[in-house]
Amino acid sequence: MATLDTNPRLEAPDDIYAMLVDAHRGLSDAESERINVRLVLLLANHIGDPQVIADAIAEATTSVRGDAPAAH
Amino acid sequence: MTAPDAAAFAHPRFARAPRAGCDGARAPVAIVGAGPVGLTLAIDLAQRGTPVVVLDDDDTVSVGSRAICWSKRTLEVFDRIGVGEAVAARGVRWNTGRVFLGEREVFAFDLAPEPGHHRPAFVNLQQYHVEAMLVERARALPACCLRFGHRVADVAARADGVRVAVDTAEGAYSFDADWLVACDGAHSSVRRALGLAAKGQAFNDRFLIADVRMRSAFPAERWFWFDPPFHRRQSALLHRQADDVWRLDFQLGADADAEAERQPARVAARVRAMLGPEADFTLEWASVYTFQCRRIERFRHGRVLFAGDAAHLVSPFGARGANGGVQDADNLGWKLAAVLEGSAPEALVDSYHAERSAAADADIRHSTRSTDFITPKSDASRRYRDAVLDLARRHPFARQWVNSGRLSSPAVHRDSPLNTADAPGDFDAAARAAEPGAVAPDAPLEGGDAAWLIDRLGGRFALLAYATTIDAAVRATLAGARCDVVDVGATPEGARAGDRDGHVARRYDMRPGTCYLVRPDQHICARWRALDAAAVRAALLRACARG
Repeated sequence: MATLDTNPRLEAPDDIYAMLVDAHRGLSDAESERINVRLVLLLANHIGDPQVIADAIAEATTSVRGDAPAAH
Repeated sequence: MTAPDAAAFAHPRFARAPRAGCDGARAPVAIVGAGPVGLTLAIDLAQRGTPVVVLDDDDTVSVGSRAICWSKRTLEVFDRIGVGEAVAARGVRWNTGRVFLGEREVFAFDLAPEPGHHRPAFVNLQQYHVEAMLVERARALPACCLRFGHRVADVAARADGVRVAVDTAEGAYSFDADWLVACDGAHSSVRRALGLAAKGQAFNDRFLIADVRMRSAFPAERWFWFDPPFHRRQSALLHRQADDVWRLDFQLGADADAEAERQPARVAARVRAMLGPEADFTLEWASVYTFQCRRIERFRHGRVLFAGDAAHLVSPFGARGANGGVQDADNLGWKLAAVLEGSAPEALVDSYHAERSAAADADIRHSTRSTDFITPKSDASRRYRDAVLDLARRHPFARQWVNSGRLSSPAVHRDSPLNTADAPGDFDAAARAAEPGAVAPDAPLEGGDAAWLIDRLGGRFALLAYATTIDAAVRATLAGARCDVVDVGATPEGARAGDRDGHVARRYDMRPGTCYLVRPDQHICARWRALDAAAVRAALLRACARG
């Protein structure tokens, strides 16, 4: 099993960011949330590795709770 | 659809056992509760010659169909105790499940294992039929004493046994037992008498079970709906049983009024909504319920043991209640018999807790996850659930997440203290299904359609061999442990019931000399590529908690 790779990996990061944001353009919060859970499910299946997914969940929840380590 | 001619099931009335003669006589094993679990254990023990007393406060079988799905593993256990054919013949075979979202089918699954197994994935049969068959079998065994109409009022632990106080219509009495097994269900009186709690999670959603009798063209499949047009925002289930009886299940939500929902007119309206206004049916049984996923902390308290719903509770989705309980009985029978006859120490009974509490935890984990999928507890949980169902219409990957109940599969006692680990490199993934702790996989044998490997194993220890020359030292070790030899390869002595079509060779990755040690409950506990008397002896001792 691999671990979550948080190094910069994208060749065109601005393009990816725009794709993510544009997908929600003109949508209500409820519609956005429906899109986001579908995205998570699609990407989780694509990743396939439970350790990577667990790392990502831990990183995301830590980040939201505001106690993210300073190093990040 | 027209109403069938068959009359409703007539509950047998068992004669209440007289009180006279019950006083004082010590019993090796007392079993509380004559349900599927208690009766399975009683028959298993009695077949081994262990005298057993079964106490039940009622005088008939289960009211309402209750458990209806009997798994392949349960049927194999039932075969060993002499009721498998009766249950399989009377039950409705099914392998296919369909899941619907709204008006549309999302996907179908096939539970049929590979060909070459005696028993199907499941048969559906009302619990009362199964109990009646078990009672009939138990009555044929002289070592089994059934006492209907005898209510256990109290149990008191003693150093070398249990004092049991019993109430009957003719007055009270008490007796001593070396061991007492509580198989008395979710509201176990034994558990209450000992002040023990079953800990876990209770769920708020109410469900309605309705068993209706009707002639119908619906196939013998498990149909499960999320958000069906006839019952919006909730789930529903339709499943066939024997005698033109159908199990219907409706999720009602947390705010439903249980008393109003169980009124026959209200139930009938829900049934018509599902089956159509022209449906002609009679209502056999209806129950409004909530459920819980919990278990008792320790399955053994001195000489008192807990099995079935008395030990662990799950939701109905997954058929893990009765099938888990039957596996409890299967696990416990040979161990109690061995301890009582002195061939194993009491520590063997501790392995019952180790193995079956781990299995109960797995059942509870599956059941809790199914429940969370069917009745999401938060907005986020509901969003994920709805997204999975939506994606599942087009994408196979999402279908693996659709959880309408993960159906009972046999426990694998992977971490059991009774197992002997494989020698490094001896067995690879090809023999994963036959790893130590697993139930010995079934396979057809030469000798006609009725010859199956699983029936050659069980009851006692067995060495499953494949064209293996067994030397005198190994033979002496096996004889000392009353371990049978079942060789299904082309032995020098001539195979009388050899492997048919290579199924055993494949499922066990058999090579000349490969041997499996199989416990009396048909679970594998050791395996080797070559036999060695010392290794066989050590594995047999270990499997009896003497290692």
